Amino acid sequence: MATEKKTMFSPQLAARFDKLVTLYPLRRSALIPMLLYAQDEVGYLSDEVIAEVAARIGIQESDVLSVLSYYSMLRTKPAGKFNVQVCTNICCMLRGGNELFEHCSKRLGIGHKGVTPDGVFSLEEVECIGACSWAPAAQINYDFHENLTPESMDKVLDEYREKAGK
Amino acid sequence: MAYLTTHPDVVPIVSSRFGKGATSIDKYLELDGYKATRKAIEMGSDAIIAEMKASNLRGRGGAGFPTGMKWSFVPKKSDKPKYILVNGDESEPATCKDRLIFEHDPHSVIEGVIIAGLAVGAKMGFIYLRGEYRYLLNIMERAIDDAYAKGFLGKNIFGSGIDFEAVSHTGAGAYEVGEESALMESLEGKRGIPRIRPPFPAVVGLYGGPTVINNAETLATVPYIIQMGGAEYAKIGTERNGGTRLFCLSGHLEKPGVYELPMGYNLKKMIYDVGGGIPGGKKLKAVVPGGSSTPVLRPDEIDIGMDFDQVGKAGSMLGSGGVVVLDETVCMVEFALRTMKFYQHESCGWCIPCREGTDWLTKSLTRLHAGGAVDKDIDNIRYLAENMLGRTFCPLGDAAAMPTIAFVQKFRKEFEDHLDGKGCPYHHSPAHEAVLA
Repeated sequence: MATEKKTMFSPQLAARFDKLVTLYPLRRSALIPMLLYAQDEVGYLSDEVIAEVAARIGIQESDVLSVLSYYSMLRTKPAGKFNVQVCTNICCMLRGGNELFEHCSKRLGIGHKGVTPDGVFSLEEVECIGACSWAPAAQINYDFHENLTPESMDKVLDEYREKAGK
Repeated sequence: MAYLTTHPDVVPIVSSRFGKGATSIDKYLELDGYKATRKAIEMGSDAIIAEMKASNLRGRGGAGFPTGMKWSFVPKKSDKPKYILVNGDESEPATCKDRLIFEHDPHSVIEGVIIAGLAVGAKMGFIYLRGEYRYLLNIMERAIDDAYAKGFLGKNIFGSGIDFEAVSHTGAGAYEVGEESALMESLEGKRGIPRIRPPFPAVVGLYGGPTVINNAETLATVPYIIQMGGAEYAKIGTERNGGTRLFCLSGHLEKPGVYELPMGYNLKKMIYDVGGGIPGGKKLKAVVPGGSSTPVLRPDEIDIGMDFDQVGKAGSMLGSGGVVVLDETVCMVEFALRTMKFYQHESCGWCIPCREGTDWLTKSLTRLHAGGAVDKDIDNIRYLAENMLGRTFCPLGDAAAMPTIAFVQKFRKEFEDHLDGKGCPYHHSPAHEAVLA
């Protein structure tokens, strides 16, 4: 396959993808994990990513687009380095999820799906993330933060800002 | 990070290895791990299914279908390969239990998959985790690799001459994919839209082959049943509702958390004793007993045993085990609206009653909450919801309609209090208004 020689992904990820397509009875089953892992490395699903994934799976780019538009975690535009996802679904709502989202919005100066000008943070109001008994909760990239208050959220955001080297 | 909460009434079965380092395969073996699979290999298909039937284990995903019976529907002979599919897409609001299983006891899921495979003659299993659970996918992948390295997966498992492959798989954010037919579509690399049934997955499922689809907690329970015996497991619960389950207590409680309690445990006791009651001496207004899709119960309806039949008799459903407690400060219209906004967001749009119904209900509830509705609109909301029931390809439409009907039916007065320009009589912080807008 031509992509083995020429790939936009890191050698590790390219090797992972080479293996991924062999794990299933049908190659296409690797599509959704492949898109998510590619997004993790590149930051978003650019036209180039979509083209290479389509080639690796052996389907049309339009088919890839049709699938990716269904899944809420997949995006075709860059997010912040740290994507702050605050749950406002019922269990979080009952314990201050809305206030937490608004606090993050004010603190970061951005709204739902916004990105800070320095590109460090983006913010999303998300549906249930499976932290209902430890509400309110947020995910920053893949990390869970639970039993949050506006004050503890500030500390969490400070830690991430430090990580970003600002 | 996700942990089990303790209480004297807790009966640890599926959680018995939690917090003991069982993610390490060596530790898991020390804790009698993989003994159930060895035993199941000796038992063979018919004996495994008989044991599962005797256990009265019912699906922990929400529908509560008897697991042994589900397995027995898979045809013995099939031209196409058979598959086991673990539903770890856990997305029903108020449900956060499978997370604990993947985090603390991933090998029990692998054992459950292998044993299900032995029961129905499948040679391959898939463990599907929701995309948000990346840290759990890493744990699951390591567990699978370790099981391969020990010869528990792959060719000739445990020297039995039987081959079994297992693959972990990630989703990328979609509630609808927790529905079994949409789950198969997603695993096949497509948009997660449901398939029409019949044919049922047990006959034509993944890649066209007969497929058993079970919730992660259901399959993680299987090795424990094989080891203790179906009859013993059944004794713990109530009639036709064997064993224990992980209940996720959330909302206005002193001690929210995930607790493993026997099936049939009293709901009132669950709230006031296990969950520690309602903070600040506030009064109870309502309980959602089994995840966001289950009809709400009033305080006078909660003196019931939490099993599929008793909650069903009370007019609701045991569902996925997510118990949401609402105190007197909650606006039921806002709660109904937030619930509907979720279903509107998650409707896949494939069939019209769900796509249009959730959208119109969101609009109607938004307008009503803001004071822009008249009395007739309350009936229209209920009428609209009732006309979604049973008219969609998959249960998402029902999941949106059922709670709405119950909210209107049981809390009509609160809906009326919003009418004719009055708007919401409850105090809302500006944050609520912003999110509802």
